[in-house]
Amino acid sequence: MASIDIHGIRKSFGTFPVLHGVDLTIRDGEFIVLVGPSGCGKSTLLRMIAGLEDVTAGEIRIDGKRVNDLAPKDRDIAMVFQSYALYPHMSVADNMSYSLRLRRSTKEKIASAVGNAASKLGLDPLLERRPRALSGGQRQRVAMGRAIVRQPKAFLFDEPLSNLDARLREQMRAEIKKLHGDLRATSIYVTHDQIEAMTLADRIVAMHAGVVQQVGTPLDLYDRPANLFVAGFIGSPGMNFFEGRYVASGEGAELQLANGATLPLGKRLGIESGSVATLGIRPEHVVIADGGALEAKVDLIEPTGFGIIMHVTIHDIPMKIFTLDRAMLNPGPNVRVDLPRDKLHLFGTEGTRVD
Amino acid sequence: MRTSKLLLTVAHRLAILAYIVVALFPLFWLLKVSVTPNDLLYSEGVRMWPSRATFEHYEFVIAHSAFPTFFKNSLIVAGSTAIAVTILASLAGYALSRFNFRAKYWIVALMLITQMFPLVMLVAPIFKMLSPLGLTNSLTGLVIVYTAFNVPFATFLMQSFFDGIPKDLEEAAMIDGATQFVAFRQIILPLTLPGIAATLGFVFTAAWSELLFALMLISGNDAATFPVGLLTFVSKFSVDFGQMMAAGILALIPACLFFLLIQRYLVQGLTAGAVKG
Repeated sequence: MASIDIHGIRKSFGTFPVLHGVDLTIRDGEFIVLVGPSGCGKSTLLRMIAGLEDVTAGEIRIDGKRVNDLAPKDRDIAMVFQSYALYPHMSVADNMSYSLRLRRSTKEKIASAVGNAASKLGLDPLLERRPRALSGGQRQRVAMGRAIVRQPKAFLFDEPLSNLDARLREQMRAEIKKLHGDLRATSIYVTHDQIEAMTLADRIVAMHAGVVQQVGTPLDLYDRPANLFVAGFIGSPGMNFFEGRYVASGEGAELQLANGATLPLGKRLGIESGSVATLGIRPEHVVIADGGALEAKVDLIEPTGFGIIMHVTIHDIPMKIFTLDRAMLNPGPNVRVDLPRDKLHLFGTEGTRVD
Repeated sequence: MRTSKLLLTVAHRLAILAYIVVALFPLFWLLKVSVTPNDLLYSEGVRMWPSRATFEHYEFVIAHSAFPTFFKNSLIVAGSTAIAVTILASLAGYALSRFNFRAKYWIVALMLITQMFPLVMLVAPIFKMLSPLGLTNSLTGLVIVYTAFNVPFATFLMQSFFDGIPKDLEEAAMIDGATQFVAFRQIILPLTLPGIAATLGFVFTAAWSELLFALMLISGNDAATFPVGLLTFVSKFSVDFGQMMAAGILALIPACLFFLLIQRYLVQGLTAGAVKG
């Protein structure tokens, strides 16, 4: 197992830049999730760590050793692909032992490594089968087995669960977490699914347009998103935003909306009065109360079973409320709501957090 | 509903049958003439099968003509060409499929251009080039010429097979500890067997039946391939149809055997199960 240091990494395809200087230090045994929308550069970064893409500028160190110019085979890392990439002409056992056979390990060592991995993943009865005779979930397991037989310095996962159905994805997610608990292997996991990111990560790296937006624990990103992008990306349903003009008045401050209405913020911020600011609040933090300060017009009700997602309009701005109150299945045309001040997120003109 | 479906099936089968009859009739005629005794060839009129069949043409062709030599020469030339072309086309096709390099566009364009000329135009210059090298009247010369002419098309053929194999597979192999070449040899090549079989078959038949260059570059029986050899059954005053047809039937055997051998790979999709389809 090893630490991974990424310093000033840039990547361009031709003249088109996709990564604009990424710095990241991954501790030994840590589970890091790179998350972001498609095209944000997260997979490219992972493939650069694996050695499958050249590094345009910057430095990658695995266990303190510079690996920029090392071939993938010399980096001692394992990777699980979204497509699984199982060798179709080899049995499950041969798929799993291929890396050991390339390293000319002894027969006994190979047998015990494959046996261990197979029993960990429940693959024992499938060892003689070809990949085509396996279900999607089983193929996924074989791909993981192929990675763990070797005890590499780090595991890289490239959207490994994207091809599975929802139920199986949930199950494999838990299995990956359990596996990481057992092996304590340094892992880098790429996904666009924020639930996977929240549930698996020790630390999340949120990326957008080739730039790291925020690095932190899942709850850091949920509780204190560093900018509008992270605020909108983490959480489901996504955070509601009110854009307006920040006005300091007396002891407090308020946000002046486009239609002239104001939302009180309760405290003053370190930004200039009159500048553009955005207020965010998560749907689950909006409080529905008879004496609420704001009137919300109800547009649509989406029951999820667990709770209810209400689409409402406040001051001409559409937003969502998440509530567990089943009375809200038939709320009437309008409800009164409050935006609790301690749950507000405030972002300045550039979209960075200011409170 | 069921009758119309049945009718459609019958019509479908009949159409295929009609095609097969038309396609195979010349072969049948080849066989028929090859077993017709010389004295019945012109005396019986047009008949589907002679009243008396004989193998005497076969005996003559095998025992008393230079046909075994032609046959051996053809086997050497077609076999070597097929193998050489397939090796070259595999490597070139893989490079075109997987690597980006300078002048790739121009190399592909050049390869396409070579396919545009009628071969007749090139016979004279090629003869001129090969003659001082001592490669006329030699099987090696033929193999070189055939290889050169078949590599471009075979390369495109192989490239399309490599394009069909997901890149993830060799990346996985390289992460597992293989070099690019080992990944190519151990992971990609086995999956391309259908493509390799198709290329082998295509080039083998092309070289096996090639007449123009064989005729122009080879003089004399020692280095003649069988299409040239067949012409020896045509003399100034007569054509020995029976023997010619018998030789033709014999010449079909290796091509048939070859396809029988590779047909397993031609129809088998080996990549099933590699990645989520």
